[in-house]
Amino acid sequence: MDWTSWLVGTVSRALAFGVPLLWGTLGEIYAERSGVVNLGVEGMMILGAYAGFAVAQTLGHPGWGLLAAAGVGALAALWHAFLTVTLRANQYVSGLALTLFGLGLAGLLGRGWEGRPLRAPLGAVAVPVLSDVPVLGPMLFRDQTILTYLGLLLAVVLWVVLFRTRWGIAIRSVGESPATADSLGISVARVRYLCVALGGVLAGVGGGYLSVAYRPAWTEGMTAGMGWIVIALTIFSAWDPLQAIWGAFFFGALYHLSFRLQAYVSPELLKMMPYAFAILVLAASGFGRARWRARAPGALGVPYVRGER
Amino acid sequence: MKRLGPLFLERRLAPPRSVVFGVSFLAVLVALLLAALVFWAYGVSPVRAYSEIGRGTLGTVGGLSDIVRRAIPLILCGVGLTLAFRAQFWNIGAEGQLLAGAVAATGVALFVRVPDGFRLPLMFLAGFGAGAVWAVVPALLRVKLRVNEVISTLMMNYIMAYIVEWLVHGPWKGPTMRGFAYTDMFPVSARLPLIAGTRIHWPTLAVGVLAAVVVALLLSRTRLGYEIRVVGQNPDAARYAGISFASVLALAMVLSGGLAALAGVGEVAGVHWRLRSPGHVSMGYGYTAIIVAWLARGSPIAAVFTALLFGLIFAAGDLMKTTLGLPFQITGVFNGLILFSLISSDLLMYWRVRWAPKEKAWTGQAGL
Repeated sequence: MDWTSWLVGTVSRALAFGVPLLWGTLGEIYAERSGVVNLGVEGMMILGAYAGFAVAQTLGHPGWGLLAAAGVGALAALWHAFLTVTLRANQYVSGLALTLFGLGLAGLLGRGWEGRPLRAPLGAVAVPVLSDVPVLGPMLFRDQTILTYLGLLLAVVLWVVLFRTRWGIAIRSVGESPATADSLGISVARVRYLCVALGGVLAGVGGGYLSVAYRPAWTEGMTAGMGWIVIALTIFSAWDPLQAIWGAFFFGALYHLSFRLQAYVSPELLKMMPYAFAILVLAASGFGRARWRARAPGALGVPYVRGER
Repeated sequence: MKRLGPLFLERRLAPPRSVVFGVSFLAVLVALLLAALVFWAYGVSPVRAYSEIGRGTLGTVGGLSDIVRRAIPLILCGVGLTLAFRAQFWNIGAEGQLLAGAVAATGVALFVRVPDGFRLPLMFLAGFGAGAVWAVVPALLRVKLRVNEVISTLMMNYIMAYIVEWLVHGPWKGPTMRGFAYTDMFPVSARLPLIAGTRIHWPTLAVGVLAAVVVALLLSRTRLGYEIRVVGQNPDAARYAGISFASVLALAMVLSGGLAALAGVGEVAGVHWRLRSPGHVSMGYGYTAIIVAWLARGSPIAAVFTALLFGLIFAAGDLMKTTLGLPFQITGVFNGLILFSLISSDLLMYWRVRWAPKEKAWTGQAGL
């Protein structure tokens, strides 16, 4: 086999597969930075994938599909926010419920759509000039959809917002110490609602990407546990949008390799690779510098009640 | 403290049992009403759907036995999970632990030479061991390397599912199964007896009910149970009291995973008589058991009854597929709705409404 073309293909597909992970992780980072764990990422992604496909198929344009995916993700996330912020329900259980519900509902609604190819998928965008560079061009700039570049841009923007603006300080202080933020006049509930909703929008688009761009069709359970990888990646990236980029594309490569290497190893064993790596990566970061641990938002998972410690 | 017109809302710390039961019951009812909307959206009259379900599950012997058969794995997984949840360890891995038990039992059934009389007991033992090992790994990862157990237990579900997939497609694929992804059928000595005329494999059911009683006694009457509760309620207090967090967690998970694995033994030895793809062995029992344990509020005895409720929902799912033409995924929607409704109702329990009219508030600008 031609070694360069193999590498070019692998990197290009790994990048493409990393996109939904990147979008999902960026969203979860914001939710968790504000102090809310959302284990419903898998549910939001599959709902986004279904809504994206159904709307893009009906209206004949992928843009509407992605918009619908974002909207559905936001709705699901707002439901989680309502339960956990307003009703102060257990965040873990609410997220799990969202995943169960999302997988069930998408499976139920998607029955009639199964196996039909999308008539108007989101096409690849070749970046002018850069895509003509040998090796690097086809590797990075030819077979990617607009969502790859938008995701990368988003990671940078979200990093800047989080660490260089007043909004970012508000979000982080709500996640670290909501009582302090509250006493400074920041509305804890509003910040958390917004961050969780943003998480839903990004997870929804990540799911929509799968059914509208990456594999333009609807298959039940097509997110295949990516939502859970997203949650591992959020920890792995130390709640930092820029570090999420590396993590997402590393796992994108693992997913892609699990298809690519099927000629040599049995596919069932390869498919467990990303999940095994997720545990390994978290375990390895447990060995590492304690600095990593210190970055988990202080009030993560704790509902805020004014006047209670 | 809040005033709503003539009503006075105040907090209470520990809701009495009757309130817990009443609110949980209402929550399930609300979820069923919401599910009625799903039926309606699907073009099926909710009244007809619920009456069909009622008649088909609770109204016939076959239906009742189906509820119990579906409840068996939920009892075992649910009882195990109450242990883990009491220690505040988020074991989301019952699904994988169940499958680990199924794999170990299959190994003993097909590939180990033992006298016939010992085969089934050995399958249960091996299953328990495999589930315990699969469950203790996340506990150790949490204690030693601070790996979040939600992630690790979940990932291990996927890993075990692919191991099963690999076994039935590869090394354990039955030569007599004509290309299907099954192992060979178990020998008769490895099949659990059924209650005549039903599909209830009663030994697993007995083990499940027994486990519920034993775990209840363990939690309320033994030192380990006490330590589990302390670790769960206040880890700092546990540390000051000299309780070893690591060994308590590990023991709780050995039991939790072992019990979930027994459910897997029951499924392969009592229902399928062979190992097949993970989606067929389990149908998400391990995940549903989380709701079972949550609804039971950590009580193993209550988990037996909540497991029966979810057995009913699974049986209803089967029924809806055959009589109403609704896909089986509707059980997932049901389960999600029930869980949502349960956790929303949690807050309700911790507030007490008192009638305390006050003239001024009654004239009503309180927003009502």
